Amino acid sequence: MTQQIAIKEGLFTWPAEKPELLGSRCIHCGEAAFPAQNDCRACGSRETEITALGNRGTLWTWTIQSFMPKSPYLSDETPETFKPYGVGYVEMPGGVRVESRFELIEGQVPHIGMSLDLVILPFRTDESGQEIMMFSFKPAEE
Amino acid sequence: MDVAIIGIGLHPFGRSPTLTGQQQGASAIRTALADAGLTWKDMQFAYGGSQDGGNADALVNELGLTGLQFTNIWNGCATGGSSLHAAYTAIKSGEYDIGVVVGFDKHARGAFNPTPSDWGLDDWYGESGMMLTTQFFAMKFQRYMHDHGISNDSLIRVSEKAFQNGALTPTAWRREALSYEQIANSMMVSNPLRKYMFCSPAEGGAALILCNANIAERYTKKPIYLKAAAVRTRHYGSFEVFSPSQAMNVADAPTVTASNAAFELAGLGPKDVDVMQLQDTDSGTEIIHMAENGFCEHGEQEKLLREGATKINGSMPVNTDGGCLANGEPVGASGLRQVHEICVQLRGEGGARQVSGSPKVGYTHVYGAPGLSGVNILTR
Ligand SMILES: [Zn+2]
Repeated sequence: MTQQIAIKEGLFTWPAEKPELLGSRCIHCGEAAFPAQNDCRACGSRETEITALGNRGTLWTWTIQSFMPKSPYLSDETPETFKPYGVGYVEMPGGVRVESRFELIEGQVPHIGMSLDLVILPFRTDESGQEIMMFSFKPAEE
Repeated sequence: MDVAIIGIGLHPFGRSPTLTGQQQGASAIRTALADAGLTWKDMQFAYGGSQDGGNADALVNELGLTGLQFTNIWNGCATGGSSLHAAYTAIKSGEYDIGVVVGFDKHARGAFNPTPSDWGLDDWYGESGMMLTTQFFAMKFQRYMHDHGISNDSLIRVSEKAFQNGALTPTAWRREALSYEQIANSMMVSNPLRKYMFCSPAEGGAALILCNANIAERYTKKPIYLKAAAVRTRHYGSFEVFSPSQAMNVADAPTVTASNAAFELAGLGPKDVDVMQLQDTDSGTEIIHMAENGFCEHGEQEKLLREGATKINGSMPVNTDGGCLANGEPVGASGLRQVHEICVQLRGEGGARQVSGSPKVGYTHVYGAPGLSGVNILTR
């Protein structure tokens, strides 16, 4: 079986049955950040703790990446196999808006306020054959 | 002590395949010196910067090794604004009487490709396809349209005006007017922004000679006074480029704080301004910046643009030389190009693009990564 590893440790719970995004929360002012950081950008405190941000969010703003980005983008695609993807800020229950790719549904224009579910997907395969797993979102099925 | 601009110079924006970035910077300085009737050895100090064109202080190899204080400035899109601010304070403090600021650049073709670590970000952010400035500007404007009832019509009109003005500007890069339909039907790059709604990296140089206002009339009959120069960075909660997350409460952009600081310094308000340069990295940002700089309310832009308010003959002329959209963005030079154009307008030397009614007060505004803004207020 192909081994799957997270694109970066600590961005989301993985492996997990119901993965969640992970961020940090300042123990002084309560502000959350993604990805987790040691310092708080809101109040300057150095005391933050890891917190789960949730796995269902609301689209706050969005765009569509319609052509294949150049470096530092690193995927297995070619300009021929590239498929446009959504990029948006997703308002998470943990109290922060997280920038993420999201799945586009043919014939549906994304809209601000739509519900999105977190998904962890294979993004590319590295030199040793491991699948690099990345967080993304897909429109929620109510 | 007031600060005056007594010489202005531009090396044409666009492409200069036979010249290095530094040569374009030196070319702008020579033009500015000639404009002031001065020579390089008269310069007591220089501040300058470039992103991809090499060190500014290496310009002494082109212009002469006179021993002057030459400080390199690098501050992203506000490089020109920061150089000008440094010169402004150097003269205001009384330390120097006369000097030069210069910005130049020479970027490779196509969009910038940033390195995540330069921005304090991990590689996954760039590798996964979220580190594109075009996406940020699109998402910022998508939300702005939603919050303030702005439509695509406004975006198209900003581009239409930019290329009309570019066609009237001999030093501009894009000198061909585009029709409303050409812009509206151009390729969608990043929804809602299309091809002709983005500026591109380019080449060029810009320079200004500044002096203590008390001696300005020795050099020119038309001194332009730099009444305020302010540079500000972002507060927590400001929605900025290359941010893997944003706070729930959106704070005022650095543009708002820089603008307020500059108006206070100058003792003037938005209603006093006759001609303005607002950063137009894309059409959407020009629209946002109209309000963030205090020239209208959020949402009012749709009507103003429909009425042609920001055209050369409108009530609030914006980017009379075509702005970044028609000139491209050589990052180091772009902010000083804005000041150059305001000087041209206040001197009444705009020719086919001259704003009528002898404008007295001009305004320049840059905004860029990673969330900083520079504002200058000029009078004659
Ligand atoms: Zn805090």
